[in-house]
Amino acid sequence: MTMTEDPTRATTAPHQERTMRITLRVWRQPDARSAGKMVSYKLNDVSPDMSFLEMLDVLNEQLIMDGEDPVAFDHDCREGICGMCGVMINGRAHGNGLHDGAVQTTTCQLHMRSFKDGDTIDVEPWRASAFPVIKDLAVDRRSFDRIIQAGGYISVPTGTAPEAHATPVPKKDADFAFDAATCIGCGACVAACPNASSMLFTAAKVTHLGLLPQGQPERNDRVVNMVAQQDAEGFGGCTNIGECSASCPKGISMETISRLNHDLLGALRAGTRPKS
Amino acid sequence: MLVVTVTTESGQRRAPKAAKTSSVFKKAVMAVSGIILVLYLIAHMIGNLKAFAGREDFNHYSEWLRTIGNPALPGATTLWIIRIVLLVAVGAHIWAAVSLWRQAKRARPHGYVTKKAVAQSYASRTMRWGGVIIAAFIIWHLLDLTFGAVNKEGHAGTPYDRVLASFQNPVVTIWYAIALILLGMHLRHGIWSATQTLGQSNRRREVTVNYAATAIATVITVGFLLTPFAVLFGLID
Ligand code: HEM
Ligand code: SF4
Ligand code: FES
Repeated sequence: MTMTEDPTRATTAPHQERTMRITLRVWRQPDARSAGKMVSYKLNDVSPDMSFLEMLDVLNEQLIMDGEDPVAFDHDCREGICGMCGVMINGRAHGNGLHDGAVQTTTCQLHMRSFKDGDTIDVEPWRASAFPVIKDLAVDRRSFDRIIQAGGYISVPTGTAPEAHATPVPKKDADFAFDAATCIGCGACVAACPNASSMLFTAAKVTHLGLLPQGQPERNDRVVNMVAQQDAEGFGGCTNIGECSASCPKGISMETISRLNHDLLGALRAGTRPKS
Repeated sequence: MLVVTVTTESGQRRAPKAAKTSSVFKKAVMAVSGIILVLYLIAHMIGNLKAFAGREDFNHYSEWLRTIGNPALPGATTLWIIRIVLLVAVGAHIWAAVSLWRQAKRARPHGYVTKKAVAQSYASRTMRWGGVIIAAFIIWHLLDLTFGAVNKEGHAGTPYDRVLASFQNPVVTIWYAIALILLGMHLRHGIWSATQTLGQSNRRREVTVNYAATAIATVITVGFLLTPFAVLFGLID
């Protein structure tokens, strides 16, 4: 027995029905010293199932075929955990907030189904003097590494892992510390902040370690040195606007910033001063 | 987490020496001075509402301000102490604001071609220029009602006469209203921000803090606007 064919299906091939035409306006900048500009490119066969980065891969294949310089962009895991892939998409960090209803995403986890056929999409690098552009969309985020080096660690003797039950942690603290620890250091908070402040990133680290028993010995030094380092790197100051938290792929909360401030003022009162 | 080479020596900048230069310390200065100013505004607003009690009471209140603590303290000692505290608070507040403003400018010298706000409120966006307008307003306000320099009644009239002379003019009342609405927005964001800056906010309190900030800002704005509009519409004369 043959099935009756659906007449609407018969006329168009499924993949044709589903591809999109996208106009990209991408920031092109040859290196840190040169000036950059937005350049338009047209893509005709974008599948809604592609991730944003796969769509950029398609653009780059097209550019290479045409003998042009491909667009430099950072990425690594492509599964939302390494923090490498951030770009500004239509003026939003990682495209977060493109639609109503907060979707927390990294650029690699944003899919083209979030856009419509015929859309024009602006793609720019994170902009902050502490994140200089290396090329096109790739920026140098080593300033974040130096903030971590200034205090985002705990000093422990190496060797066999200690017995987990030896250091009890209240459930509430463990949960919140874990929430803060989900920060992947992507820099979206800096990119979205009108002050280009790295406060949410630093606050996530200070909160994560400050809530755990292992983080206590260095707690005062940590906050004072990390804040001094973020100032020295040339990040802006926080004015509690909240763009960071709303743009963060991990939803790091504004409470972490309050905790950082609390720890910093306490440490200053206790006489802790930044090293060097 | 990075593809670039991992040497950290090059480009490493030295941390500033004194904690005084920390952006968070400046924010704390801004928060504490802001709170002093808010407390003063509440007292000042209650005082202004004395205008509804009539000429006698209002002028008497103004006289009292100049003689608090007499005869134990000579003349206007208390008033001068208040004025000095306010001057220091305003100075510290503006110093911190300007310094953080410049830091933010340096932190992003080249803006985005396309940038969309996801969360920021109008109030949070207008803190800086709003603050400048509020400062201009405060200067004009002192010249008008304290020194009488730009007031028709001049310094010769009583405080009550100067209030009438000012606010019977609709242009003055409207300028006053604009400045106070800006101030209300400044406080709406400022009170929430100060709570964060002083490390007193958390996820549970966040909603309450924001409602409280809106409530205090509204009471202050409306409280200050009652007197000028009552004068403008002839409810007080
Ligand atoms: C009656 C006068 C004023 C009062 C009561 C007031 C109050 C406050 C308060 C409570 C804060 C919050 C502090 C914090 O963020 O932690 C604040 C922030 C601020 N104020 Fe004022 N302020 C006044 C005048 C001014 C003036 C004249 C300026 C002009 C430059 C100004 C500029 C700022 C700025 C830039 C901030 C930081 C913005 C932010 O946190 O997002 N303020 N103010
Ligand atoms: S706080 Fe959020 S936005 Fe900022 S670096 Fe961490 S994960 Fe990225
Ligand atoms: S590539 Fe790793 S988070 Fe996007």
